[in-house]
Amino acid sequence: MNKSDIDVAIETSGLVKVFGEKRAVDGVDLTVPAGTVYGVLGPNGAGKTTTVKMLATLLRPDGGEARVFGHEVSREPDAVRARVSLTGQYASVDEDLSGTENLVLLGRLLGYRKPAARDRAAQMLEAFGLSDAADRQVKTYSGGMRRRLDIAASILSTPDVLFLDEPTTGLDPRSRNQVWEIVRAIVAQGTTVLLTTQYLEEADRLASRIAVIDSGRVIAEGTPGELKASVGAGAVHLRLRDPEQRAEAERVLERVLGVPVQREADPVALSARVLTEVADGGVAEQAARALAELAGNGIRVDDFSLGQPSLDEAFLALTGTPADDGAGDGVPGRVSGSGTDEDAADRARHTMEQGAGV
Amino acid sequence: MSTATVNDQDVRVAPVTAQDLSAVLASGQRPERPSALSASLTFGWRAVLKIKHVPEQLFDVTAFPVMMVLMYTYLFGGALAGSTSEYLQFLLPGILVMSVVMITMYTGVAVNTDIEKGVFDRIRSLPIWRPAAMVGYLLGDMLRYTVASAVILAVGLVLGYRPDGGVVGVLGGVALLLVFSFAFSWIWTMLGLMLRTEKSVMGVSMMVIFPLTFLSNIFVDPETMPDWLQAFVNNSPITHLASAVRELMAGEWPAAEVAWSLGWAGAFAVVFAPLTMRLYNRM
Ligand SMILES: Nc1ncnc2c1ncn2[C@@H]1O[C@H](COP(=O)(O)OP(=O)(O)OP(=O)(O)O)[C@@H](O)[C@H]1O
Ligand SMILES: [Mg+2]
Repeated sequence: MNKSDIDVAIETSGLVKVFGEKRAVDGVDLTVPAGTVYGVLGPNGAGKTTTVKMLATLLRPDGGEARVFGHEVSREPDAVRARVSLTGQYASVDEDLSGTENLVLLGRLLGYRKPAARDRAAQMLEAFGLSDAADRQVKTYSGGMRRRLDIAASILSTPDVLFLDEPTTGLDPRSRNQVWEIVRAIVAQGTTVLLTTQYLEEADRLASRIAVIDSGRVIAEGTPGELKASVGAGAVHLRLRDPEQRAEAERVLERVLGVPVQREADPVALSARVLTEVADGGVAEQAARALAELAGNGIRVDDFSLGQPSLDEAFLALTGTPADDGAGDGVPGRVSGSGTDEDAADRARHTMEQGAGV
Repeated sequence: MSTATVNDQDVRVAPVTAQDLSAVLASGQRPERPSALSASLTFGWRAVLKIKHVPEQLFDVTAFPVMMVLMYTYLFGGALAGSTSEYLQFLLPGILVMSVVMITMYTGVAVNTDIEKGVFDRIRSLPIWRPAAMVGYLLGDMLRYTVASAVILAVGLVLGYRPDGGVVGVLGGVALLLVFSFAFSWIWTMLGLMLRTEKSVMGVSMMVIFPLTFLSNIFVDPETMPDWLQAFVNNSPITHLASAVRELMAGEWPAAEVAWSLGWAGAFAVVFAPLTMRLYNRM
């Protein structure tokens, strides 16, 4: 145990939760440094919610240990509860009550006296842009408003650790950006945030470390950069002037890059994932050569971009399944760069683009 | 509200700015945790707020008791006591007890539907006195029982019920009934947490409540029953409660019956409150 290490906010070792036959969480080890955003990334059914619920003392682990600032969750649940706050996957606010009532109620339960709880609620609603809806029942709120109220409720009094279980699932890009801003502001105040997400983009943007989980196990852990490096892929996207030239461009690219090239839905767009092993001279240099070849063949390119390897690609490589369908039967460790995975790669990229709410 | 207004409201959602946020976050130090009483009362207040927003839920504490009084007075009154007005003096306190004890059943349904919702996860992760949420339901329900009692007594008075115990006797009877209901309701909180669906909570509750209320001295004097049934009826908590309430309202002081009622109340609470909390913590 890292008891002496005060910089660790959450530490789990061999955490297990079994539902009947199903090992929902199957030996999870996590070390979350204090004062950072830690991303837990995984597809549907990976065990994210179950893990968070154990850490928030809502479920009893069936095996292993979990400590929050040194307090074991099943032995000292009250000490853990005093330090954490939870925004669950499904709105943890009361639909029947108004925004103000929700926050005042919670303020009272946290120990504020009535006037202080009212002030605090008003302050929060203002800061979260909900003043106009303060007196409406939460069931009339949009998804984004509900989320913000939910997060406001979680930070009514600043927790040491905040659990956000898929805080942006189902939000539009603008609301998602707002949530991201909120998370950044919270962490800047010194709160440790453990955030689960299915959006790779989100983990990449917010988290300083990421654990990728699948079928109840951590299959990769590290900084976003490390994860990308371990997969070692970049993506070339290009858009031609003339759709007629696509077939030829495809041939040229496959020859130069030595990897399969995919046709996008857009009839002028092509993309290819470049693997480190084949990228002799580096991905950038190879891409430059490809562009030169295309120009030499009279193919006009309107738009060209060289993407950093995305976390989607990392996920695909790690699990063998695209991140957004969670089939869960992938072979861990398989690097999928062959043409047979076109479909999967497309879907993975689709997720990424949904996630990119800029 | 027109569509245009709805759109308007969506557009007007103010942006969240980092400065605003850090200002409110900085002032959010955790206060001292609330006392057990304060936390319970806060949950009670939550129940009251729910009644405010969904007043239809008062239907079962108003229409149902009125129906019971009218039905039993006129259905059985003539046959059992010769005259409805005479029967009412005997029946009304019993109907009061039966109606209130029956509507305690809805507590289990309320708990069961609430725990399905995300808000319950938040509640359970708060550092507060653990039973507070459950006690809160029961406190909120006390309000419903008070409303039900007032409605029944009002209808009774209109129909010709004249309690000899006066205001003091009536209030004493209602108070005893509320205390009993509070303690008895721990059965429902337990069932609400234990059973999977609202339907099964309802079903099991019916199985408990119907025999318990009907196999009592609410409608008829147990003297008319066969011995084996008398043995059950005379020892039923509802019989003791109904007798105590009836006599209190009639201006007497049924010490033994009051003691039996409180004893049963204590027993229910002692057995079912810990079982409830066990389930609550294990959820
Ligand atoms: N209460 C429960 N009873 C039985 N099985 C459960 C229960 N809760 C979760 N599971 C199962 O455990 C597995 C992990 O579920 P969990 O909710 O933790 O996944 P998740 O990563 O949060 O998924 P999602 O992205 O869909 O929210 C799933 O297979 C789920 O069906
Ligand atoms: Mg989940």
